[in-house]
Amino acid sequence: MQSNTAVTVSTLSVKDLPWQILWSKDKCTLCGRCTAVCPVHAIELGVFRKRRVRASLNFSEPPGNAFDIYHGIRQRTDPAYACIGCAMCNMVCPNTAITPCRSDEADKLRYHIDRGGQPRRRGGRRNVAGGVLDRIKFIRISMLTDPALDAGRHEFELRTLLGRVLPPEENLKFLSENGWIPPVREIYPLIIGSMSFGALSPTMWEGLQLGVTYLNEELKMPVRICTGEGGCPPRLLRSRFLKYVILQIASGYFGWDEIIHALPEMKEDPCAIEIKYGQGAKPGDGGLLMWYKVNKLIAAIRGVPEGVSLPSPPTHQTQYSIEESVAKMIQSMYMAWGFRVPVYPKISGSSTALAVLNNLTRNPFAAGLAIDGEDGGTGAAYNVSMNHMGHPIASNIRDCYLNLVKLGDQNEIPLFAGGGVGKSGNLAANAAALIMLGASGVQIGKYIMQAAAGCLGSETDRCNVCNIGLCPKGITSQDPRLYRRLDVDDVAQRVVDVYLSFDTELKKIVAPLGRSTSLPIGMSDALGIDDRAAADRLSIQYVV
Amino acid sequence: MCRLFAITSEEPLSPMLAIDALDVMREGHDGSGVGLFLRDLGGPFDHMKEAPILSGIFTDEGIKRLDDFMMNIGFLTKFRMSIRVPKTPPPGVPKRDVYLIRAYDYPEAWEQLANEEKYARLLILRLELRKMGEENGDMIVFSFWPDVIMIKEIGDPYRVAQHLGLDREDLGARVIMAQGRQNTNYAINLYACHPFFIEGFATMTNGENTAFIPIKEYLMSRGFHGYIGYNSDSEVFTHILHYMKKKLDLGLETYKHIITPLQEDDLESHPNADFLRHLKRTCRRLIIDGPNCVIGSLPDHSLFMVQDRKKLRPGVVGGRPGMYAFSSEICGLDAAIPDRDKSQDFQPMHLDTAIVRPDRQEVHTCSQTQPLPYLRSA
Ligand code: SF4
Ligand code: SF4
Repeated sequence: MQSNTAVTVSTLSVKDLPWQILWSKDKCTLCGRCTAVCPVHAIELGVFRKRRVRASLNFSEPPGNAFDIYHGIRQRTDPAYACIGCAMCNMVCPNTAITPCRSDEADKLRYHIDRGGQPRRRGGRRNVAGGVLDRIKFIRISMLTDPALDAGRHEFELRTLLGRVLPPEENLKFLSENGWIPPVREIYPLIIGSMSFGALSPTMWEGLQLGVTYLNEELKMPVRICTGEGGCPPRLLRSRFLKYVILQIASGYFGWDEIIHALPEMKEDPCAIEIKYGQGAKPGDGGLLMWYKVNKLIAAIRGVPEGVSLPSPPTHQTQYSIEESVAKMIQSMYMAWGFRVPVYPKISGSSTALAVLNNLTRNPFAAGLAIDGEDGGTGAAYNVSMNHMGHPIASNIRDCYLNLVKLGDQNEIPLFAGGGVGKSGNLAANAAALIMLGASGVQIGKYIMQAAAGCLGSETDRCNVCNIGLCPKGITSQDPRLYRRLDVDDVAQRVVDVYLSFDTELKKIVAPLGRSTSLPIGMSDALGIDDRAAADRLSIQYVV
Repeated sequence: MCRLFAITSEEPLSPMLAIDALDVMREGHDGSGVGLFLRDLGGPFDHMKEAPILSGIFTDEGIKRLDDFMMNIGFLTKFRMSIRVPKTPPPGVPKRDVYLIRAYDYPEAWEQLANEEKYARLLILRLELRKMGEENGDMIVFSFWPDVIMIKEIGDPYRVAQHLGLDREDLGARVIMAQGRQNTNYAINLYACHPFFIEGFATMTNGENTAFIPIKEYLMSRGFHGYIGYNSDSEVFTHILHYMKKKLDLGLETYKHIITPLQEDDLESHPNADFLRHLKRTCRRLIIDGPNCVIGSLPDHSLFMVQDRKKLRPGVVGGRPGMYAFSSEICGLDAAIPDRDKSQDFQPMHLDTAIVRPDRQEVHTCSQTQPLPYLRSA
């Protein structure tokens, strides 16, 4: 740009962008790998003209200019091509000649990223690091009055129940009278939460399923995975591995045609059915699969035309009230599998969660309640929904649990917590804290993407282009050139690693608390936090 | 760790026998308190098995309030065992006005009532008295039940027993449970002293109950007025026993299946797997996590001992037909029943329940891996 021309308001400099590309002319071999790999074409081959002024000490030689050309990398400043900091360029560069650097001040891009009146959309999660879960400590350490247990040698039973558990009196009565007792699954308390086939690439999906199967069949860990909205590949529906899968039905009902048709051919019942009413990352907003990702396979499974965006409505359109939504839908799902499969709703963290829960306590079929807090992730949402909408999971779960305690239903309706569990890497500690606040188990999504597939996303807005099918790691893309980067077996192996190390860490937390024979659900006396207000709010101890 | 001792005998025994056994084990408790539970009484109470006996500690003011209260509802004193204590208590023992052991006649209006109804009302009255006492700090009520006496006091068990003159001729029982306290909470509340009692069920425990809070919350939300208190984390053991027998109508063999259920591998091969799985799920909030040794007494005069899942506490049972004792340590057993066949001593392990039935003829043991007798035909 010339210095004497008009400056358009949205013309940005590299400095105005969130990420600046540092490139070393010395090290660059001009191989072109970085420009090829960049998912958003933020860099391009630059041809630079360089002028050198030549003035000799010898007065007889007149001063002059020399003009050189050199080639290198140029960072684009058009908002549509702003660097996302994924650092793929750095990863592929043979000489590490290039790296993205975060701007030292808040970027100006954010003010210009709504061209055409279209607010920013992205994947990922809320751009706020940390949270109350990371600050909760486990303070009730068994010392002398009761020996701490040995995480390495004692026997542990870290299992939880998914399903409506009847009160003991009723259950034993029905058992002797051959009455109907709701189905209950005994599962591992860390569930891979709903990420749809479509949002995830086929390699990612397969890797997760493979890992889960290995955990179940070889390691005897009853780990379960939820499909998310968008159905389930037909072969999986008809395989014996379906029992490790929780099928999700959401407001778009995508994929349910296929599922219903597969019913007569199913060899196994699914683990459970999750009815999605909301999601933590974008509460009150429906699911969204953008057109970039709707290829032939996805279109077939979902029963839609190729290449169209698939927004699900924010609510289930066929229903008008909570009674309808919850009672009728739960019941019809029970009916589909002959009352052998637990059915439970999933909602976004919300101050209205208690009302939903109270409704469920009166519904004898409700098999649990999953609550997804504000820190949950998503494949596609409006930036504003992700950053500003929703309820933190800790107090939401705690309120719900204490409400169940008041009603005496704490063993009957298991609560599952999700949304930012392990967002700072402290998966076991966050999960244990939620369990001791009252959750029967936790759901993870982004964590497993980061740990099992190397997702680059962060709370500081790195990468996060999951929505447009350009995932540089091939996790959330339907483009074979991209998802071939992800090896199915590697993902499976990492899923197993994650679960094994989680299991060890969980034992390392509960053993010193003197717990091993049952999951310490609601063991709030073990928790402390260095914030008086948070301690009061969560009814745990204040410690400094 | 507290020390426990319990004995069941065909002939009434003096509580001093249990106190002596605790004294032998005194290295294991700090003399900060003692609790005694006597049942199947001898002496004057032998002839009034049906009369409810109120046990507690009262101030002079409290006794007046008690008398007014009882009179109002028509309870008349049938028999009073007066405990006269020296003016100055021994060091470490608080000064009290009245240690009360008093048998009542039921009000006339109650005569027609079924036993169940009478007993339900006795519980309500005990809770009411406890509440009154807590308001004014003038009464502490341990039990109000036929054929049961409870005494609890702060201080060294032996000194307390001497002070109260428990070696008296007319005080005897065929079932005795005693605990010497190891204080882990500084302010000693007598309601936190073992044994605990509810509607004919009594247990005492040592060790910490690490799952206390969820269990307590679960019991308190059962909608049963008797599940209150919980000044000690061990009170839940009594209430779980009560819940199992009274609300679920299950036999003692299932107690361990509730508090320390089998893991899935063992369940798979168990003949009652289906039942046990359901029991485990529905009673999941009552699972204890140890380390605990529990000794308990049932209304039918059975006495039993169970251990936590990992058997982290000591406990032994031994004796001879007619007299068996349960003790934290063998030296306690030796002190009480020296002339027994020691080779028959039994230390219940992580799956066992040791029971001496009312006939007191043998130590009956059952393991969690065995079929449940209660359900065998089912
Ligand atoms: S960091 Fe990522 S987005 Fe930025 S230039 Fe490199 S490859 Fe492109
Ligand atoms: S690596 Fe893929 S999944 Fe992770 S934030 Fe980037 S685009 Fe999304």
